[in-house]
Amino acid sequence: MIEVQNLGKRYRLGTMERSDTLVEAVKSTLLYPIRNFRRIASRKKFSGDETGDSSILWALKDVNFSVAKGEVLGIIGHNGAGKSSLLKVLSRITEPTTGQIALQGRVSSLLEVGTGFHDDLTGRDNVYMNGTILGMTRREVEEKFEEIIAFSGVEAHIDTPVKFYSSGMKVRLAFAVAAHLDPEILIIDEVLAVGDLAFQEKCLGKMDKVAKSGRTVLFVSHNMVAVEGLCSRCLLMENGRIIFNGGVQEAIHRYRAASMNLSERQVLADRTDREGSGGVRFTEMILNEGGEVYPFQPLVIDLTLESSTNFEDLVVAVQVSKGYREVLMTINNRLQGTKLPVVKGVNKIRITLPNLSMMPGHYLLDLWAGSMVDAEDRISAAGQLYVNERDIYGSGLVPMGQYHGSFIPEACSWEAYEKVTGIGTT
Amino acid sequence: MQQTTIIKPTSGWQLIDVKAIWAYRDLLYFLSLRGIKIKYAQSILGVGWAVFDPLIQAIIFTVIFGNLAKLGSDGTPYILFSYTAMVSWTYFSGILTEATGSLVKNRTMIGKVYFPRLILPLSAVFGKLIDFGVASLVLIGLLIYYGMTPSATIIMVPVLLLILILTSIGAGCFLAALAVQYRDIQYAMSFLVRVLMYSAPVVYSVSIIPERWQPLYALNPMVGVIEGMRSIFLQNRPFPWEWVGTGFATSLVIFLIGCFYFRRTERHFADLA
Repeated sequence: MIEVQNLGKRYRLGTMERSDTLVEAVKSTLLYPIRNFRRIASRKKFSGDETGDSSILWALKDVNFSVAKGEVLGIIGHNGAGKSSLLKVLSRITEPTTGQIALQGRVSSLLEVGTGFHDDLTGRDNVYMNGTILGMTRREVEEKFEEIIAFSGVEAHIDTPVKFYSSGMKVRLAFAVAAHLDPEILIIDEVLAVGDLAFQEKCLGKMDKVAKSGRTVLFVSHNMVAVEGLCSRCLLMENGRIIFNGGVQEAIHRYRAASMNLSERQVLADRTDREGSGGVRFTEMILNEGGEVYPFQPLVIDLTLESSTNFEDLVVAVQVSKGYREVLMTINNRLQGTKLPVVKGVNKIRITLPNLSMMPGHYLLDLWAGSMVDAEDRISAAGQLYVNERDIYGSGLVPMGQYHGSFIPEACSWEAYEKVTGIGTT
Repeated sequence: MQQTTIIKPTSGWQLIDVKAIWAYRDLLYFLSLRGIKIKYAQSILGVGWAVFDPLIQAIIFTVIFGNLAKLGSDGTPYILFSYTAMVSWTYFSGILTEATGSLVKNRTMIGKVYFPRLILPLSAVFGKLIDFGVASLVLIGLLIYYGMTPSATIIMVPVLLLILILTSIGAGCFLAALAVQYRDIQYAMSFLVRVLMYSAPVVYSVSIIPERWQPLYALNPMVGVIEGMRSIFLQNRPFPWEWVGTGFATSLVIFLIGCFYFRRTERHFADLA
C-alpha cells in the first residue's frame, strides 16, 4: 500500500551574517542587496560537497518502511525529529531529495484543519472551499453536506461569515469537513489538539471508526494515549531517521525513556496553539530546576510569564492530566486562597508542591492564567511531567502507573487483628 | 483499478500537468469564487467597483491627456478611446497582479496540502472575469450612447482575449514563482504595472510611434489587443492584423516561458514560501 525507500529531505537553513566594525557595516549595507540575492538564491542550490556546511540540514535521512492496507501506523518522536517533514513528503507538499515513495489509492492528508478557511466567507462557502482543497469534488461535498454540518453542530449559523464564529465553532466546522473525507490512505498530523474536550472525544471516536473501517492511516501525535488506542504499529523517529519500527507499547516505552533525558525546561514563547485574550503569556516552564521528578518528593514548577498590565490577583492554574481527557489534579492559587500579584512585564512564579503524590508515569501539564472567569492565556499540553519510578515504601517494590492507578497512597497502617471465627455459631 | 502514485525527486523542466489540473477543476472554481466573494465582502458598491475603477481612470486620462495635453485619439471621443483601452487593460493588470501575488498570499495553504500549484495563478483569470464583464457592459452602454456600431471583425474579440489571458497568466506565473523566493517582486508590482501601462497604447494612440518602430512596438502583446479592440468598436483604423499576429506570437512565448518556469520551480514552493 505504501512503500518508502531511502527517503531523504535536505533543507538549507537561512543564516544571518553580522558585521563588527562601522566600515564593515557601511560596506555591508551597500552590498546588502547583492548579498541578500546570493543568500536567498542559495536556498535551493546545493553543491556536491556538503561536509562541514552547517547551514545544510537533513530533515529526513535513509527512511525506509512500508505500510500494509488497513494498517494504522503511528509516528512518534520529539520536536524536530522529522515527523512533519515525513508527512509533508508523503502528502506531496514538498519533494523528497532522495529516494521514492509508492502509494496505492487515493490519499488525503490532514496536516491542519481548516486550510483555506476565510473569515469573510460563510460557513457554507468555507465547507466547499475546504473540501475541494482537501481533494473532494464539488459533488462529493454536496452529497455529504448535511452530514458535515450535523457533525459540526453549527447548522444554525451555516450562512453566517465565519468571522462571527467562536474559535471553537470554526474548529468544529473544519474538523467536520475533514472527518468526512473518504480516502483509501489518510495521513493525519496532530489535529486533535484543538477544540474542547467533548469535541476532542467526538473526533477521536470518529478517528477510531476510520481506523477500524479498514483504511490505511498514518497518524503523527504527541498524545500517547491516542497513539496507543488507535495504532497497530509505531515508528519512532529521531534526527530524521527511524530508530524503531514495531510494536506500539515498545515504541512508546522507548520514546518516554528518551524524554527523560531531555531537559525539563519547556520554552513556551513560540507556542501558537494557545487560547485566551493574550494579556498574559506563559513563556517558559521548568520543573524541579531541570532535575528529575520523583513521587513523594517536592515538585517545583517555575513559570515565566509576560503580562501587558498589572494584575492585583492573577489566577494561575496548572492541570495535570493523563492523555487527552482525564484531568487528574489542578493546582490553582485561587482555590488555595493565595493572592498572586503580577506586574506589567516579565514575572517569575514559583509553585512548590511539598509532596507529589502522582504514580510514576507520564503526564501532561496544561497551563491557565486569567482573572476571575476569563482566560488570558491557556496552553494545552504545555509540558510533560515524567514521574520517575522509585521504591517509595522501601519495600523493594516499585509502584507503577500502568498497574497501580494515578495516585500513590501514603503508607498506611496495617493491622491484622483477632481472627473472627465462629461468629453466629454459638 | 487503484491508482498508484510515485513520489520521487524531479529535476529540470516539467510539462504542464493538464490532467491534474482537470482533476482539481472544482478547486479552481471555488478559489475563483472565493476571490470574488472576498473582494466584495463588506463593500457598499460591491461589483460597482469593477466599473468605477476603469471609468474614473478613463475620465482622468480624458481630462489630462485628452483636454490638457491634447493627445490625439484618432478622431474618436477621447473618453471612448481611453475607456475601451482601460477595460482590457484593467483585466490584464488585474490578472497579472492577482496571479503574481497568489502564491505568497496562499503560502499557508501551499505548506499544508497538495494540489496542482498552477491552480492558484489560474484562479485569477476567472476571478477577474466578473469585473471584466461588468466593465464591458458599461463600454457597450457608452458605445450605444455615442452611436457606435462595431465592425465585422468583432469575431476577433475572443482571439484578442486569448492573447490578453496568455500574456497575463504567463507573466503572472513567472513573477509568482519568483515572488515566492524574492518578496521584492510584490513590492515592485504597482510600479511595474504602471510602467507596463505607459508602454502600451492606453492613453495614447499607436499613431504617435514612428512608423518604422511600430513592428517592434507591436511585440508588446497588449498593443495588438488594445488597438484591435479600438478598431473593432471605434473603427478608428482598419483591423491591425500584423500587430495582433505579432502579439499572439509573443503571448504564446510569454505563456510557455511563464508556465515552464513555474513548473520548474514548483517543487521548492513549500520549502521557500
